[in-house]
Amino acid sequence: MTACPLIQVRGLHYSYEDGTAALQGVDFRLDPGESVALLGPNGSGKTTFILHLNGLLAGKGAIEICGMKPDKANLPAIRRKVGVIFQDSDSQLFMPTVLEDVSFGPRNLGLEPKAAAGRALAALEAVGIAELRNRAPYHLSAGEKKRAAIAGVLAMEPEILVLDEPTTFLDPPAQRSLAALLSRLPQSKLVVTHTVAFAEAVCTRAVFFERGRIVAEGGVTEIAARFGWAFE
Amino acid sequence: MHIPDGFLSTPVWAALDIAAAPSVAYIARRAQRGFEESRAPLLGVLGAFVFAAQIINFPVGPGTTAHLVGGALLSFTLGPAAASVAMTAILAIQALVFQDGGVLALGTNIVNMALVGVAAGYLPYALWGGGPRRRLAMFAGGVLSVLSSALLALSELAASGVKMSGGVLATAMALFFVSAILEGAITVAVIEAIERIQPRAARHPASPMHLEKPRFQRSPLPAMIGLAALLLSTVGVLLASTQPDGIQRLGERTGIAARVRMLLHTPLSNYHASFLQSDVGGKVLAGLAGIALVYAACVLVGRAFFRRAVVRNRSI
Amino acid sequence: MQRAVPRSLASLDSWSRGSSALHRFDPRAKLIALLALLVAVATANRSIPRFALAVLLFLVAGFLWARLPVAGALARAAVILPFVAVLAAVLWIGGQGERAWALAAKSYLSALAALLAMATTPLPRLLGGFEKLGAPRFLLEVAQFLYRYLFLLPEEAQRMRQAAAARSMRPGIREGFRAAAGALAVLFARSYARAGAIHHAMLARGFNGRFPEMQTAHFRKADAVFAVVASAVPWGLRLL
Repeated sequence: MTACPLIQVRGLHYSYEDGTAALQGVDFRLDPGESVALLGPNGSGKTTFILHLNGLLAGKGAIEICGMKPDKANLPAIRRKVGVIFQDSDSQLFMPTVLEDVSFGPRNLGLEPKAAAGRALAALEAVGIAELRNRAPYHLSAGEKKRAAIAGVLAMEPEILVLDEPTTFLDPPAQRSLAALLSRLPQSKLVVTHTVAFAEAVCTRAVFFERGRIVAEGGVTEIAARFGWAFE
Repeated sequence: MHIPDGFLSTPVWAALDIAAAPSVAYIARRAQRGFEESRAPLLGVLGAFVFAAQIINFPVGPGTTAHLVGGALLSFTLGPAAASVAMTAILAIQALVFQDGGVLALGTNIVNMALVGVAAGYLPYALWGGGPRRRLAMFAGGVLSVLSSALLALSELAASGVKMSGGVLATAMALFFVSAILEGAITVAVIEAIERIQPRAARHPASPMHLEKPRFQRSPLPAMIGLAALLLSTVGVLLASTQPDGIQRLGERTGIAARVRMLLHTPLSNYHASFLQSDVGGKVLAGLAGIALVYAACVLVGRAFFRRAVVRNRSI
Repeated sequence: MQRAVPRSLASLDSWSRGSSALHRFDPRAKLIALLALLVAVATANRSIPRFALAVLLFLVAGFLWARLPVAGALARAAVILPFVAVLAAVLWIGGQGERAWALAAKSYLSALAALLAMATTPLPRLLGGFEKLGAPRFLLEVAQFLYRYLFLLPEEAQRMRQAAAARSMRPGIREGFRAAAGALAVLFARSYARAGAIHHAMLARGFNGRFPEMQTAHFRKADAVFAVVASAVPWGLRLL
């Protein structure tokens, strides 16, 4: 895996069709090996922000992913490097079986069915659910679905993992399991989350979003304390 | 109205299976618009929505409830080609997974509900959906979608030799009218409720047609003619079924039967060429005529509505 | 017809994931056998009672071979009987009474046969078989997505219905109608949003306009033998 410089975002602005300004000038940077937590109230722009990182949304401002700008020509390469795991696993696991779903990414990259299945199996083993490969997604628990979704992204061999509120629907043991898994994975990470303990377990740094801007940066505990973000 | 296997005669279900296959292939290609397959999830999810929608009860009387059938609603929100594809998938799943509708009869049910039903439901909307009578257009669409498919089903049964007395027919028609009106009312209510949340859910009917400058509005006319011919032929078949001797008498009176008998006698002298005299023959003829008209209607509707390639705003 | 969609769906789906010999045959072979049987039943004209019984026993044997619950299968196919009864009544009124029995038997056996095929073949595999046979890809993709989300959306609707029932105090027809329309609107909006989320997830994993080929079994000699034999049996039974 080549060392990829960073994510570099400068002055990102984005407004929705109905005029709501979702991002009002975001500056952000991710260095190799970092794991950053994105904290902040609902509607502050965290999800909108991460949708820019793999070109699903296109706002105004400068974005560079591993030195590439997200224009049409670069999108395939960017989407390989940046793997996004969305909040709702059911919308991410849309194929009839887990193996077929995790193979979806590799197949899109041009691999033949057998090779793609091999990659998929390796990814499933990395997240610890290889034995579930022939199950249908509706027969999985929330934790298993989240792992399958992560496997689907790992099979693309990304350098950056972006997770949008991954602890939603997970019970505490499953959250602990997921935190352990994420800590084991070598990719740089961006994690949108409301659960401070989870962020502390997985991330080294945090940024705080408020009304479409990043208003603070620092250690996870420090930021959480400053904004009163922990549950106690 | 999902016809199970066993009730249609072989000429009827076979002819409709043969008619359905290329029509579905054609419309699937239209709905796909070239090689882009990214709309498949939307159509699939809305197909599942239709199943889910049938769980929600609409109270319509003391102790009676109705539910959305959905053909018209799909056509307003997806356009007729995509709606036909979604309905076809729905019908296939209903037949295979829930045994709701036969397998050999699948072609018939597809023609009735996914092709004719959707087209008939869309027609009023195409004509008046962009104007002040929008609600009425959508109501009419709901009514027509159910009515046309039900009438067609009834005529196919009649053409298969199910004798229906006037009383039975009248009861059936009454039931169909009531269901049709309910579908219309439910469709309007649901679309209006949707548009309160999602303002542009039902596409403007003019939008798929506005690639060139508006010339002579040829789009609805052939479809209307096709549909009218279709409905007339189904009514004809239904009436014929109540008067099993009617066609035979008509044939003899106009001398057609005698002439055809002569025609068939020479080359097919060993063949049991008196089928025109039997009840079955008359009905099969009428049924086949109806089927041929269905096919023609589908092709006409297909050409009228789906010729335009639309440049939709794609999300990246 | 209001179905408990999730329950009957879940039971057929789990039946179809069995591992008997019948399950392992290629979907295309089972499809051929099914069509042969359906046509044999549909075109049968004489000595129907004996033929019907023979076909019934043949199908029951099939369920036993597939290690599936026979009583459950017979009951599930019977779901078409109410509708069939209406049509049978129409026939009876029209003076075609004996025909009514024959047609009812044909309907039931056809449904049972289709059930046997579907209870031994997961639907996505069947769709893959159709793809290999040349059916329109787009339609099959739609059906695949439909099936996948059939396990989700009706449950959402069920929950909404229960929530509404828990809240309402016997509303009038007007309010009930409006509430139902509102519920459907919410369901529709959610479905649309879900389709958007799926699209994002597809793009995020490199989707470039064409889905990969669907998975299905490989047609082997054993499948051909099965197809021929299984197709011949119903026609042979007609000679009885």
